[in-house]
Amino acid sequence: MSSPTSTPVGSKRSRDDIPVTRKFYRNRLSESYLQSYVDMSSPLMYGTPSSRVEGTPRSGVRGTPVRQRPDLGSARKAPQVDLHTELPSADGAVASEQAAGQKLVIWGTDVNVGTCKEKFQRFLQRFIDPTSNEDENAGLDLNEPLYMQKLEEISVIGEPVLNVNCSHVQSFDADLYRQLISYPQEVIPTFDMAVNELFFERFPDSILEHQIQVRPYNALKTRNMRSLNPEDIDQMITISGMVIRTSQLIPEMQEAFFQCQVCAFSTRVEVDRGRIAEPAVCRNCNTTHSLALIHNRSAFSDKQMIKVQESPDDMPAGQTPHTTIVYAHNDLVDKVQPGDRINITGIYRAVPMRENPRQSTVKSVYKTHIDVIHFRKTDEKRLHGLDEDSDQKLFTEERVQTLKELAAKPDVYERLSSALAPSIYEQEDIKKGILLQLFGGTRKDFSQTGRGNFRAEVNILLCGDPGTSKSQLLQYVFNLVPRGQYTSGKGSSAVGLTAYVMKDPETKQLVLQTGALVLSDNGICCIDEFDKMSDSTRSVLHEVMEQQTLSIAKAGIICQLNARTSVLAAANPVESQWNPKKTTIENIQLPHTLLSRFDLIFLMLDPQDEAYDRRLAHHLVALYYQSEEQIEEEFLDMAVLKDYIAYARTYINPRLNEEASQALIEAYVDMRKIGSGRGMVSAYPRQLESLIRLAEAHAKVRFSDKVETVDVEEAKRLHREALKQSATDPRTGFVDISILTTGMSATARKRKEEVAQALKKMIQSRGKTPAMKYQQLFDDLRGQSEAAITKDMFEEALRALADEDYLTVTGKTVRLL
Amino acid sequence: MRMWFVCRFCCPAAQSNSNPEWEAKVLEYFKGQLREKESHSWVPSLNDVPLHYLKPNSLVKFRCLVQDMFDPEFYMGVYETVDPSTKANVLRCGKYKDVTECGVDLNSRNTVTAERQTFYCVPIPGESPWAKEISFLSAARVVPSTSYVPSRQKRSYEEDDDDMDTQPQKQREPHTEPHGNGDSKRQETEAPSSQTTAPSDCSSHLDLNFPLPGERGPACLVKVYEGLDSFKLNDTLEIYGILSVNPVLTVLGEEKDPSLLLLNPTESMETPEEQRAHDPPASLVPRLHMLYARPLQHNNPLLPSAPTEDQSAFVSSFLVEMASVRAELLAYLTHVLLGDGLAAEYLLLHLISNVYTRRDVLPLGKFTLNLSGCPLNSYTERLYQIVQQLVPCSYRLSMSLHTMNSMRLVPKKDYVANRLVSGALQLARNTSLFLDETQLEQGQLDSSGVRNITALGNLISWQKVDYDFSYHQMEFPCNINVLVTSEGRSLLPSDCQVPLQPQVTPPNMEEYLTTIHMAQFTSQINKFRVYLSLARTLDYSISDEVTKAVEDDFVDMRKDDPQSVTAEDLHRMLVVARLLSLSLGQTTLSRDGWMRAKHIDMLRRSRTEQQKSLNGNEP
Repeated sequence: MSSPTSTPVGSKRSRDDIPVTRKFYRNRLSESYLQSYVDMSSPLMYGTPSSRVEGTPRSGVRGTPVRQRPDLGSARKAPQVDLHTELPSADGAVASEQAAGQKLVIWGTDVNVGTCKEKFQRFLQRFIDPTSNEDENAGLDLNEPLYMQKLEEISVIGEPVLNVNCSHVQSFDADLYRQLISYPQEVIPTFDMAVNELFFERFPDSILEHQIQVRPYNALKTRNMRSLNPEDIDQMITISGMVIRTSQLIPEMQEAFFQCQVCAFSTRVEVDRGRIAEPAVCRNCNTTHSLALIHNRSAFSDKQMIKVQESPDDMPAGQTPHTTIVYAHNDLVDKVQPGDRINITGIYRAVPMRENPRQSTVKSVYKTHIDVIHFRKTDEKRLHGLDEDSDQKLFTEERVQTLKELAAKPDVYERLSSALAPSIYEQEDIKKGILLQLFGGTRKDFSQTGRGNFRAEVNILLCGDPGTSKSQLLQYVFNLVPRGQYTSGKGSSAVGLTAYVMKDPETKQLVLQTGALVLSDNGICCIDEFDKMSDSTRSVLHEVMEQQTLSIAKAGIICQLNARTSVLAAANPVESQWNPKKTTIENIQLPHTLLSRFDLIFLMLDPQDEAYDRRLAHHLVALYYQSEEQIEEEFLDMAVLKDYIAYARTYINPRLNEEASQALIEAYVDMRKIGSGRGMVSAYPRQLESLIRLAEAHAKVRFSDKVETVDVEEAKRLHREALKQSATDPRTGFVDISILTTGMSATARKRKEEVAQALKKMIQSRGKTPAMKYQQLFDDLRGQSEAAITKDMFEEALRALADEDYLTVTGKTVRLL
Repeated sequence: MRMWFVCRFCCPAAQSNSNPEWEAKVLEYFKGQLREKESHSWVPSLNDVPLHYLKPNSLVKFRCLVQDMFDPEFYMGVYETVDPSTKANVLRCGKYKDVTECGVDLNSRNTVTAERQTFYCVPIPGESPWAKEISFLSAARVVPSTSYVPSRQKRSYEEDDDDMDTQPQKQREPHTEPHGNGDSKRQETEAPSSQTTAPSDCSSHLDLNFPLPGERGPACLVKVYEGLDSFKLNDTLEIYGILSVNPVLTVLGEEKDPSLLLLNPTESMETPEEQRAHDPPASLVPRLHMLYARPLQHNNPLLPSAPTEDQSAFVSSFLVEMASVRAELLAYLTHVLLGDGLAAEYLLLHLISNVYTRRDVLPLGKFTLNLSGCPLNSYTERLYQIVQQLVPCSYRLSMSLHTMNSMRLVPKKDYVANRLVSGALQLARNTSLFLDETQLEQGQLDSSGVRNITALGNLISWQKVDYDFSYHQMEFPCNINVLVTSEGRSLLPSDCQVPLQPQVTPPNMEEYLTTIHMAQFTSQINKFRVYLSLARTLDYSISDEVTKAVEDDFVDMRKDDPQSVTAEDLHRMLVVARLLSLSLGQTTLSRDGWMRAKHIDMLRRSRTEQQKSLNGNEP
């Protein structure tokens, strides 16, 4: 395009109505060859866009215009070689007779058009994948040829694009797959031809905007951007990454239209390697330099430059992310936005730097880019559904084998929990709890019965003395999980946690920016200094922690985002030291509505006993002076742990078996029973749900598809352990769940009522005294009661009586009503 | 110089034989040569010699920090040129070069595409003036050609060449001479032109992206061919490579007609900002084709840099002196800290601290010191100057409200220019960061100020900096010694707080400190410098027996009063014990060492408690 004769033009206009223009898809074949050896019916014929629908709708291969595929690189041409004369000698390829002409291979490749086409048609007609679970195939009959159904879909919907999964091609015909990967520029047009023939044979009456284009995706080796190397040039690749910038639309000239100023003779010149050679002489009247470019009649295609950066998960530590330039053509333009995570299938290109005519030397560097054939957003459905498959990490077989071996060990649960944050000493139960949180429960969908999704994520709150390495544990978890977020309650606002709307400075578009909770969808959101969080911020957590969604109504955008995140929070006691005489609620001053949403609440206290001190000291000293190898021997590698969790999360979906359900029911009934003796409720359905989640997570740790009694036992144990720590009523020493559910222990409530009754009785016994002194009443009550009564309790009792409309308190006097 | 000739002759070897083995041989040859004693000091350094005194295409070295890593690029490893007159095809080598010879046949089948990566390297940020000076002097001693007198320049080159001639050389071909002379002549004519585009005033409009404000020195685009994965961001390296300042590189960038830019889609994808960042004029940002890079453990020019026998001999000889040097240094620091011996002890420990390993997220060995109760009025500034005299790399961040709100501490990716815009926290390992909190006044921190404070807090607690990649953050571990000076307790976290208790109150602080400083001989100061750098690199271990003793001790302490000693205290005491032993040149912890560590920590704690009760309301 840099040629001085080319000029950009605004729009694309129709050209003369020629049903099928002679244009060859293989740039490498010479024009003369084409004219002499290929007749119009040859499969090698490939039309160019004729005029846009000129009144009558057409059908059939011939009638449907062909859309150019700049993605396959008409911009770059190899030298044209006469296949007929040069090929057999040069490449030793076999040229044998074929029905329409000769059986030839395309220059520079081993692709034979006829065979390739046939193979692909066979693939389309026969390929069945009964085990497919891709979302694209939803609603298709898995036992029928997959792609024939898709063609049918095309005929109904009229979107002339056929996406082909390369792994299907590979499992069907490995050789065809190899050709597709190695010579996409040649093979894909052949596929196009094959599809169109097949399609119009089947659906001769359907009308499409242009001929069907094949878009292969998932070129099996989904590569990391870092692993691209010169050998991949001109091959089909699939890489994943994140869009960081998109350019405006660039009109790219495909074909220039020249008209002679003298005789009005017109001619067309195709783009060759980004340039257009202006014809010097008019072929009709032989006038030199008489041809002028007519912009309006030249053909342009849309093009967009997109910059993609490798996703942070793929990067080796300590290096900066790589970026790659990607060109999207035609209808793929504007399909992606900055911030999208995508998988790109395309052809990797390297273009030498432009030669400067005024200079004898050139920079010896190539510019590389990818011409996109297929985009696939990996986070597309995060806003409205499950995306189990997009997250799938590919595990090598050996890796799976090691993981399974590990899972088979009887003490895998203990092993994993001790591998978690080895630098933090003991706190086994807390680590176990966090381990179960990392695995999570099984996701259940009850939306059809109207209850919506059941939360599968386990939420954990750690509270305790400052300096008990809570933050360190949080940091560790944040580093361990791929989609973790770490925020501090002190610094984060409600907006930073949820989502906010901002105006994009470039496009002036309103954009929804997601905060930590939404970003950690399917991950863990670690919130440090939970107690320092402002009330308004905390209130957004209510919805997230039970419904797993976030509702936003801001700047005209009303939406509900998924935030299926586990919350791991750490809170410090209000008084700098944990007061064992107070309940959890009193110690951390968090609303009980929020607390009850945590499955497990652990106290991290500084236990004060000698044996513990000794072990702690040993652990710390060892931490400082053990060599790397010793550490590694002792503990599992963090990478193994990561893979183990990822594998279990994706592939293991345990379900309750009969005994386990029974055990759960019993456990629940037991829990309820404990309290009923003392006239209080000691368990709520929420606790049952927690138990189920924990049991499922434990089954996941074992790589088991069934939740068995052992899982329930461990879930019960852990749950009880956590309750023992956090829900013990310091006054009675009993575990009392209502501390967490209502913010006040049942005994405390009972006590309050008793005081109120005693006060009432006392007043009644005095007979008719309409007004009393506040202080005197208090002293009297204290004198009468055998238990110590504080001023707070007295005031509470007064308030309770006032609520009953028995008396009113005005200043220092109490009046009966 | 000699190596440069070899390089010139290695490449044509590819013409006859496209066997890649020669590439490995070249590297081996250079590595072998550089391993030879003193040989690396023959190579002129970009750090010391102004660019226009260096010959293009010659071997140079550069002591630098990897500031940014650009995307990998593909280049013509081998290509063919066609002579327009004779039509003869010649195979040429594109490695270690930026531009090709004329008449490249782009369609040749013999073209080999190869991959390389570009690193943007800057001189080590915060390098102390003394370190620069010493390394410059030692370089000037061996490379006379770097004299600053332009009129003498050519002469000196010839001298240099003559010197080389006298040395036995096997690889040298007889007709290399004309090449060399030709080049030095060309260089003469080029020098003035590059001088007119004066580096100093030109760099003002071209942002060279130094991490610290007010830095000077050449930035360099280093082309890396081998071992790409072994390099990491913020590594400090000594790079040996071929200097390329071909003016074509500049012209290509500047001559671009904006209208052409519009037309050419392959080039319009680069924004002007990106072009400026990735293809700055070669006269300002030279290209360096890396042959060999040596990771630097430290940048103290007084110490042998390579871990060779040389060094171990040096270390063992110095170890004997260690205790006496320590005593002298301690006395010096005590004077500096106004007669406070305990604070001096802690400052000394702080200066040799080093993150020696990480256990999952926990960095071990960091020792952030908070010196509280510092006198106001430029005392801290003076203190920094003294610290700067002792350590090879340092930076003083005055934490005034204005700097906290306006300064960029955390590097941020600029997607428009496609580069990592540096920040003051992008520092080399073992840099001393001096945070001066006495400069902080009351007022409002805005959002960027809060972010900066958070970043400093993260740096101190986890020894990591979260670089801002706009769509996500990326964590880069670091190893920076942070010293916080404040009036009261610092608002930043720290491993250890020492309230300063001045024993003397000199009427004129400036004069007092200047006299102390002047009283030291350079040789003495140099000893201190070696001592600090060396103590940091020593290995350290702890025997089972002492482990047991420490455990017992901990249990005992807890028995009396569980509140008095926590796990955190044990953490700190272990670090103090480690640093204390190392400071005495002992590589194992002795029972004595542990008791001493306990003792000074006790002293320190009683002092902080005392402070607390004095102030009353301090938490």
